[in-house]
Amino acid sequence: MPESFAIETHELRKVFGEQAAVKSLTLQVKQGEVFGFLGPNGAGKTTSIKMLLGLVAPTSGSALLLGAPIGNRAMLRHMGFLPEHFRFQEWLTAGEFLELHGQLYGMQDRDLKSRINELLERVGLSDFRKKLLRTFSKGMLQRIGLAQALLNRPKLVFLDEPTSGLDPVGRRLVRDIIHQLKEEGTSVFLNSHLLSEIEVTCDRVAFIRHGEVVRVMELSSLDVGQINVTIHAKCLTPEIAAGLSQWGKNIQMDGENLNMNLTSESAMPEITRYLVSRGAEVYALTPKRASLEEIFIETVGKDDGL
Amino acid sequence: MKNIWILARMTFREAIRRRIVATGLVLGICFLIIFSIGFHFIIAQVRSSEAAVQSDIAKMALARLENVEGENALLLAGLYAVTFLSIAMAALLASDTLAGEISSGIIQTILTKPIKRFEVILGKWLGFAFLLMLYLLLMGGGTVLSVFIQTRYVPDHVWIGLGLIYFEALLIMTISLACSSTLSALATGGIVFGLYGLAFIGGWIEQFGALIQNSTAVKVGIIASLIIPSETLWRRAAFEMQTPLTGALGVSPFGAFSVPSPLMIAYTAVYLIVTLIIAIRVFEKRDI
Repeated sequence: MPESFAIETHELRKVFGEQAAVKSLTLQVKQGEVFGFLGPNGAGKTTSIKMLLGLVAPTSGSALLLGAPIGNRAMLRHMGFLPEHFRFQEWLTAGEFLELHGQLYGMQDRDLKSRINELLERVGLSDFRKKLLRTFSKGMLQRIGLAQALLNRPKLVFLDEPTSGLDPVGRRLVRDIIHQLKEEGTSVFLNSHLLSEIEVTCDRVAFIRHGEVVRVMELSSLDVGQINVTIHAKCLTPEIAAGLSQWGKNIQMDGENLNMNLTSESAMPEITRYLVSRGAEVYALTPKRASLEEIFIETVGKDDGL
Repeated sequence: MKNIWILARMTFREAIRRRIVATGLVLGICFLIIFSIGFHFIIAQVRSSEAAVQSDIAKMALARLENVEGENALLLAGLYAVTFLSIAMAALLASDTLAGEISSGIIQTILTKPIKRFEVILGKWLGFAFLLMLYLLLMGGGTVLSVFIQTRYVPDHVWIGLGLIYFEALLIMTISLACSSTLSALATGGIVFGLYGLAFIGGWIEQFGALIQNSTAVKVGIIASLIIPSETLWRRAAFEMQTPLTGALGVSPFGAFSVPSPLMIAYTAVYLIVTLIIAIRVFEKRDI
């Protein structure tokens, strides 16, 4: 059964004129996972999402969402979407806006009413129910847009840059909501430029470049990689530095700072004892894991962003 | 079907909330007041000159006849202005709707709901059709009512006439909606008013051609009417409502001399339906 995947695409391609916006997108998103979609500007992320949502027709290739082809009406009943440029019917009040979208989902009045109350509470806009969206700030619009995407208790949610207009409190809220969705078994397809957020929310990420998936990785594997340590100490000599090679490699000394890669964090106390015994005055040992940002730049290249 | 209804209501609510209805109402009432005052003074003038020749019964009968002719001509002039305003309203309402929502992205959360694109088009069409009906009832109905209150005169076939004017507004609205599904709001406005101009000049060429019995000019007019049949609806409406005398003489600038046949009206109905189908097809294929 393809049902085990929330999204499954096969060589999805979109050509505008002579330009291939998406060359060949093949990826699988498992049910219940939070999937990050990363890539530089112009890599074809937005076009990819629009194809999956049925807003843009693919030139070729195929995709199944929740086991159904793109644009299937029954499937759309179980899908939520928060667009990147969240512009809504600003002449409606927050309550009316959610009512309209709930009705379009085909929700029953009573269920819709309680769901609207619940979601307004969840995104912190209960007091603004009767206010026109015209009077909303960017952050408030993004919150109401998020509530709109969750009205139907979706099985699959697309969030395109869900925190771009939010302050730190709002970002925290979105992160909490994503965690809650995951607990409820909802699959989340997250497109974001904020790698720190992807890092804390996603199970897996795909890097795309020139409209192709170049790498898919589990984020838990980030911990397994090497650890980079910066040592700040006085009275370091090249001999002392050379002696550090038993715990790691790539040792580089620059005055009072020394940088090296360790395979394990557990070597750090030993290193400290070694340095002190050799007469170095240690001020700090700072471990740094390889961040998603570094992997991002390494994977999609430095100068591809437009 | 339910989705069409939801979207029609949304369209109507948008027009109210964005004060389109209020603006139309205020300007419409201004129009009616000015028309009524103007009508009042012109009719008063005619009546006083009529009183001066009251001694002669035959002259009185003639004056009575002139009276009806004058009232009818003024009323048709008023309705001609109403027709133009309704068309402008139709074009303005529909030209920005899809184009604007696509460029702002508002449409994205709508189209990703479990609905079909044709339902969006039909929902908007219904919403606008209802708005235009209210507008025309106010403006056209108000004009007819004003004349009736002042003179007790009601033209023949007034409901058919108003119906045909409504039909014209619907036609222009449908063309705007179709253009708006693929072009920008500005381009849509340009095309629709350009077509209206074509229909207008084509209509006049046909009228004059008929008057001087130049069949080539009439043909040019007919071709223009086939390209964009909006003006023929007004001419049929004027024909329905004009007095038998005007009809026989063909002297009123707002009346109809070369009368569009019922077949032409049927052609226009088909034209509207085909335009609506094209709007749906184009919108269904388009990348958002």
